[in-house]
Amino acid sequence: MAEQTKTIQKQEAKRKEGIERTRDRMTFMPRTDIYERENDYVLIAEMPGVDHDAVDINFDNNELTITGHVDERPIEGHSISYSEYEVGDYQRSFRFSGDVDIDKIDAKMANGVLRLILPKNEESKPKKITVKSG
Amino acid sequence: MIGQLLESGNWDPFAEMRQLQRQMNRLFERHYPGSVDFPPVNIWTNEDDVVLTAEIPGVNVDDLDISVQGNVLTLKGSQKEEQLNENETYHRRERATGNFQRSWRLPFNVDKDNIDAKLEKGVLKLTLPRAEQDKPKKIEVKS
Repeated sequence: MAEQTKTIQKQEAKRKEGIERTRDRMTFMPRTDIYERENDYVLIAEMPGVDHDAVDINFDNNELTITGHVDERPIEGHSISYSEYEVGDYQRSFRFSGDVDIDKIDAKMANGVLRLILPKNEESKPKKITVKSG
Repeated sequence: MIGQLLESGNWDPFAEMRQLQRQMNRLFERHYPGSVDFPPVNIWTNEDDVVLTAEIPGVNVDDLDISVQGNVLTLKGSQKEEQLNENETYHRRERATGNFQRSWRLPFNVDKDNIDAKLEKGVLKLTLPRAEQDKPKKIEVKS
């Protein structure tokens, strides 16, 4: 049997032991970039097919959970000839160190990409300490 | 490596194709952990047209190039990289950046004037109608 061309496989989202999702469909982990700036963290998650009002962002006890629902239906009047990707919802959780200012989290969704800006708490921001001589 | 032999001794016709795609990915400096073909597509067909859907999150309409030559469809585009300053560091990097290009041979010639392309929520939906000359003609049998 000839080897199939390897395509990008979506990773199925991790599930807590014994707990199932109410919707009976596949849930994947969105590919995510996270980088740290001086005063905040930037999180960018790819969730194609998700509309901005279908995103759920939860920050609880330093744990960030992002969920995206996809409303995609099969193409009417056609049959699928070739499939390289599956359609499903997205979910992923990240643990942050305790320096995020929850009230100031900013979220934007465009072109299937979620951009989260998580500002750092005042106390965690780098402070300059001047050394006096004496 | 043309015509790689499989362990069983049979010739693998897809090896060359994969090799070409790999070389193309390198040529276009595509950085993507462990990937081969981007974007992944689903193809739906019926007698009148082919609908191709592709997940291209973060790609703007201006960064996308769709062209058809006869029965070959080519999709080109790019995903921009984030610009980080000196004191900024990545904790995690999973998204791809760079240029991509893929081509597909469709089962018929396309009516170029009636191609419909939609880019919504990071999903591209291309409807490619069959060219008139390529539509099957009914042949009447006279008795």
